[in-house]
Amino acid sequence: MNNTWIKSLIGGVIMFGLLYVVSLMMSKAGLFGFGIDDYSSRLLHFIIINIILATSLNLINGYTGQFSIGHAGFMAIGAYASAYFTVTYGTAIETAISGETGGLLSTSIVLLIAVAIGALAAAIAGLIVGIPSLRLKGDYLAIATLGFAEIIRIVILNIDAVGGATGYQVPGYANFLWIGFFAVATVVIIHNIVRSDMGRALISIREDELAAEAMGVNTTRYKVISFVISSAFAGVAGVLFAHYNKFLSTNDFQFIKSFEVIIMIVIGGMGSMTGAILGAIIVTLLPELLRQLPDITVPGLGVVKFADLRLVIFALILILTMIFRPQGLFGNREFGLSWIMRPRTAPEGTEAVGGVEGVPIAEDIKAKHLASEEDEKK
Amino acid sequence: MDTFVQQLINGLTIGSIYALIALGYTLVYGILKLINFAHGDVYMVGAYMGFLIAVYVFGSQASIFNFVVVLLGAMAIAAIIGMAIERFAYRPVRKFSRMTTLITAMGMSLFLEYLFTFIFSGVPKTFPLLIQNDNYNLFGEVTISTTQILIFMIAIILMLGLEWIIHKTKIGKAMRATSHNLNSAKLMGINTDFVIAFTFALGSALAAAGGVLVAQYQPKIFPLMGLMAGLKAFVAAVLGGIGNVMGAVLGGLLIGMAETFVVGYGHYVGIPSTYRDAVAFAILILVLLIRPAGLLGSNVQEKV
Repeated sequence: MNNTWIKSLIGGVIMFGLLYVVSLMMSKAGLFGFGIDDYSSRLLHFIIINIILATSLNLINGYTGQFSIGHAGFMAIGAYASAYFTVTYGTAIETAISGETGGLLSTSIVLLIAVAIGALAAAIAGLIVGIPSLRLKGDYLAIATLGFAEIIRIVILNIDAVGGATGYQVPGYANFLWIGFFAVATVVIIHNIVRSDMGRALISIREDELAAEAMGVNTTRYKVISFVISSAFAGVAGVLFAHYNKFLSTNDFQFIKSFEVIIMIVIGGMGSMTGAILGAIIVTLLPELLRQLPDITVPGLGVVKFADLRLVIFALILILTMIFRPQGLFGNREFGLSWIMRPRTAPEGTEAVGGVEGVPIAEDIKAKHLASEEDEKK
Repeated sequence: MDTFVQQLINGLTIGSIYALIALGYTLVYGILKLINFAHGDVYMVGAYMGFLIAVYVFGSQASIFNFVVVLLGAMAIAAIIGMAIERFAYRPVRKFSRMTTLITAMGMSLFLEYLFTFIFSGVPKTFPLLIQNDNYNLFGEVTISTTQILIFMIAIILMLGLEWIIHKTKIGKAMRATSHNLNSAKLMGINTDFVIAFTFALGSALAAAGGVLVAQYQPKIFPLMGLMAGLKAFVAAVLGGIGNVMGAVLGGLLIGMAETFVVGYGHYVGIPSTYRDAVAFAILILVLLIRPAGLLGSNVQEKV
């Protein structure tokens, strides 16, 4: 029994305790009157589901550098596959376990099976989509994944067994504790993947695919694996969304949803774990906070409801982020204890060049290299 | 046979609209290697500008003169908006990676959609009919409407005009040079910033023309109308070979026809008409996997 093992055990217990305390707050009366109302609780659930989406998309987009904009499609597959399972077999399984329906134990077991089914279905879809499309690069890959996601959505829309255009009722088995658990699990697993050998391989593909290939990294294989894992977690998010929201409609999985997840990781900083989490929080909360904007009476125009402008402001923020901070809030750095305790004096060899701009030498060389590479491509 | 020809005419009509939008994608991609996600929304903006002119300037009166003014007015306003988008959103990020530009384009698309939803609400507006619409019987059961003839004619005029600008004028020469190699063009003394702005203006004007024309054909306009149309037009551009002007036209017509035939004949082979929107994407994926350069695109070996 070594030290890391104990550390992760303690970390797990603390995390579970925290989740449990927060889960008590999910009703107004809960936690000795410190609970939050239904609206905030709902928002919190969606933030956590979005964290799963953002961190999983970050694996393929941020760490592997393969720009996919079809995440909503895999989320849809996870959601619908698991919802079909729960609706069709859920009651039978529950009665087999505890002789009644709606018990915590039996619903949890059904939910766990549903998560497994959703993740598996999304992973298989990821494999089918990934193998052909990951041969493409850059914006072509982006468009191909977008096309696949739209096809998935339209196919689901045409399956009458899952409600088609009228929507699909799903039992609400996902409680806060389970959603939180899967979010923590997603973050931990993806964090560990990124720090493993495989993560190094993925990052090498992002930095320079050709060089990675030359160093013996099987780039195709790693790209597909990364895409499949990313899709599987999108499927998990879909399962949780379906069993929390209790209602599925293909409108929830339009490509605007994929855009949203992209925006999360872009604002947070592609290739940053904490960035993706922060991005998920910002993107979910911001439009809701902007709802509070006041109405202002403009002479000649009447009352302007600034709250209606929230999505416009949201889009503007995205554009401005790209113009003024294209690497996102965190770039590919992480925010955490090690960042707070980082050495304040710059290590040797990073003295600034380029005048006031202060670009460290290594980055300056890299930027020049990239610029010349761009030129060659043109 | 009659239904087939009828479907063909309907497919070509909607295909001409896609072709007009696809031209804008292809022009911009040819020069900046940027998928201008906001282009479909410029098409929507064009339709709304036409709507404003038609309703507030002409009081929805139908006449050929009014139609021409609405068309040209919408094209001019959209051209200015297109240049503004390029100037204020794309130019500042041009020096960053291509992904940054792509995300900016997505942001711009959302911005236009939400802004127009804010101004005009999401409820569809009915575009006034500016030209008396009659149906002419060609043969058998086949009919063609005035609007369809109009769409064909204007689309052809605009495409020939574009062809003339690209191949016979000085700015067209500069555009070709810039799309060939931006930096060399700059070294040769071409004001590439101006060329790029001009390209955006040109593409946006064509998209706006598409918007006004489609509003004569299917008179409901709404802020999200550019989403699907834009994506399909993009597929058309990829199908024809992105960066290739004739390819965009060919791709647009093919996508329009494919879509109409799926609606008309799909049920014979078990494809319900609800798959209409999926056709374009299926074509896209096939093209990308089999011939990424597109039908008319030159097969450039990727440099490593």
